[in-house]
Amino acid sequence: MARLKQKNDAPQVLEARLLPTLLETLSRHGYDVIGPTVRDGAIVLDHIQSPEQLPAGWTDEQTAGHYRLKSREDRAFFGYAVGPDSWKKYLHPAELMLWSAQKQNGDFRILNNAGEPGRPFALFGVRACDLAAIAKQDRVMMGDQYRNPPYASRRENAFIVAVQCTKSAETCFCASLQTGPRAAGGFDLCLTEMTDARGHCFVVRTGSKRGVELLSELDTTAATDEQQRLEADLVEAAARSQKRAVQTEGLKKFLEDNFDHEGWQKLAARCLTCGNCTMVCPTCFCTTVEDSSNLAGTHAERWRRWDSCFTLSFSYIHGGSIRSSTHARYRQWLTHKFSTWIDQFGSLGCVGCGRCITWCPVGIDVTESIRTLREGNSHGNP
Amino acid sequence: MTAMAAIDTISPAQDPRLPEPYVVKRVDQDTPDTFSLTLHPEGSVKPIPFRPGQFSMLWVFGVGELPISISGDASEPNKLVYTVRSVGKATHALVSRGAGDQVGVRGPFGVGWPMETARGRDVVIVAGGIGLAPLRPVIYEVLGNREQYGRLVILYGARSPRDVIYRKELSAWARQRETQVLTTVDYGGLSWHGHVGVVTTLFRYARLHPSRSIAMICGPEIMMRFVTRELETLGLNRDDIYVSMERNMKCGEGFCGHCQYGAHFICKDGPVFPYQKIRPLLDKYEL
Amino acid sequence: METLERIIAEHPFFADLEPAYTALLTGCASNVRFSPGTYIFREGQEANHFYLLRSGKIALETLTGRSSPITVETLEEGDVLGWSWLVPPYVCNFHARALQETRAIALDGKCLRGKCEQNHDLGYEFLKRFAQIMVRRLHATRFQLLDVYAAR
Repeated sequence: MARLKQKNDAPQVLEARLLPTLLETLSRHGYDVIGPTVRDGAIVLDHIQSPEQLPAGWTDEQTAGHYRLKSREDRAFFGYAVGPDSWKKYLHPAELMLWSAQKQNGDFRILNNAGEPGRPFALFGVRACDLAAIAKQDRVMMGDQYRNPPYASRRENAFIVAVQCTKSAETCFCASLQTGPRAAGGFDLCLTEMTDARGHCFVVRTGSKRGVELLSELDTTAATDEQQRLEADLVEAAARSQKRAVQTEGLKKFLEDNFDHEGWQKLAARCLTCGNCTMVCPTCFCTTVEDSSNLAGTHAERWRRWDSCFTLSFSYIHGGSIRSSTHARYRQWLTHKFSTWIDQFGSLGCVGCGRCITWCPVGIDVTESIRTLREGNSHGNP
Repeated sequence: MTAMAAIDTISPAQDPRLPEPYVVKRVDQDTPDTFSLTLHPEGSVKPIPFRPGQFSMLWVFGVGELPISISGDASEPNKLVYTVRSVGKATHALVSRGAGDQVGVRGPFGVGWPMETARGRDVVIVAGGIGLAPLRPVIYEVLGNREQYGRLVILYGARSPRDVIYRKELSAWARQRETQVLTTVDYGGLSWHGHVGVVTTLFRYARLHPSRSIAMICGPEIMMRFVTRELETLGLNRDDIYVSMERNMKCGEGFCGHCQYGAHFICKDGPVFPYQKIRPLLDKYEL
Repeated sequence: METLERIIAEHPFFADLEPAYTALLTGCASNVRFSPGTYIFREGQEANHFYLLRSGKIALETLTGRSSPITVETLEEGDVLGWSWLVPPYVCNFHARALQETRAIALDGKCLRGKCEQNHDLGYEFLKRFAQIMVRRLHATRFQLLDVYAAR
């Protein structure tokens, strides 16, 4: 098909069979492509070296405490919602050596030698909720009093290929938080998959100069008005199909005023404080540091690891943990996401991805928790 | 805003994540379990000015790191003094350092005591136990710039006579002009002829002018709650009362999330807070 | 005695007390002085007096089974010492030892109890003031019990 010269910002269409060329082009430009792949019964994120690794033809079934993969009838590449991994796995790694030190004759020397990834990442398949989550972590790591260099170096060079969801999972509630399914910005390229009787293709939009340049190397055609309408309809349908929602109006004040609400203890009765929610949450950023040395005492390292406010040790100071009861820890997490995050960073901490609902082993649903609390239903069932 | 000043004191070359080597010049024992370490920067390390009330992250090679308030004189930033109570593995490692040993120092971090606001006013210091340590730089600052401040009233409570820190200095401070020092212990012995009773019992002996005073309080949280209530009863304005809070800290930069107290990060929004700001939080159990 | 009456009237404990009552109380009062080291009363003794401290310092002590006694509180000028005379069985609960040269007004307990029984208004004024001191002491004692500076 002849490539017509188009205006830089006009949406294009890429045939599905040509998706591999996008991956190749990213690779050729030196990016380490990170994208979705099937492993251990879930769609996780991993380094993608070949298009065969992508989860074509798979979809997911998610409800509270439940996740299953199912086959699709078509070969859609992105016919599922988000899995347990989020992009913080790469931008804010779970384990990172911050520096190491040598000791000689009683004197130590700090080596500023935190490993940097050799190649910049190309994040392939970032949903709108995750785009919003990345923006929130940007604010925490690079937009506040101190700058977080390991995050900044991974983030600033990352190429983002977003994907607009055309199917929501039952646990999704991004629409009620206005963080999706439409990807408003923060990407270099944005794909919306369309597969029906007429064919299988992607509407591609650009979001940056880098995106425009990369797109110009691909074989695309201009998106017709009909295709653009279909794109909008699909995304709109995904939004309308969402079953869960959080009413944010007045929520911050409600949480501020209801620290002692009886409902917290009832809600937290099932909580195991396992911390799964914080591990899968794309905005949770808490970490701990561990100092260690070799037996000879000549070499020391400081490692940063993900931590969770659900652990007892998280709030430990001499004398004991401040938040020793389960409900205090549950309240801390929920209040941080929906109230104090706003004081700290100017927006909600939650993006409505629904991961915490899916991956909670006892199926605690944050949207239901909030509703139960606000209804003042102290005699109700959590 | 004082938080911005905290960044201004860090030189561009300094990376707040990396400890700088300091040398232990001396270790003084204050009480059976409390020691004061005096550190000098090693070799080419440039000393960084600090403000009273700020803290450093002190690192012992391969053992761990702790947030410790700076308790020395802010006009001598090349001599960092830390008063540490040995209560666990990391504090024990720190107080076991000897002269000539190296200690890693990151910082200074945090919002300090409101010295600018205190100019021209009476400064009332109420400290409990090791809480006197983060307040000592304030005392040095006031006594070192006497004409810039009004009266100085120091009310100090410790558990028992042998737990009183800075004993010689307390006597020396009491002899300064326009300065009143009252020390009390919870439990006294035969050889103690001073006050016995909790620190709030000292208020009736203190010569205070509430409307002219600015109060700075540091000690166990329960003690600060009792003291702030007492100060309010005496007629001090909530805006004129400052407290130093403490929570678990791992990074000092607001990234690890551990030190959150309501919406505040104690490492960068504190540790010093105007009482007005955190008054509603003090009564919340398990916040 | 006129001067004694004035001293009583000026003591913080009796602030704002009607002069008629002050005069009544003076009848139970006497001037006392303790040299350092003197035990004003001991634990277990009959509690017969309460003292308005005018100067000096008193330590309230108790024995805990260890070799030397522990001081649980010190009192100074403006404070009031002793209230076991007010409630049965009228027995002292602590030792009171003068740490410094101490001057005080001693008020006879039996005499006071008698006057308060006869004049309930006087009794009420008395108990009002005592209640304030006791509440403050109770709070301070509870705070002391928390042992807030102890290492955990």
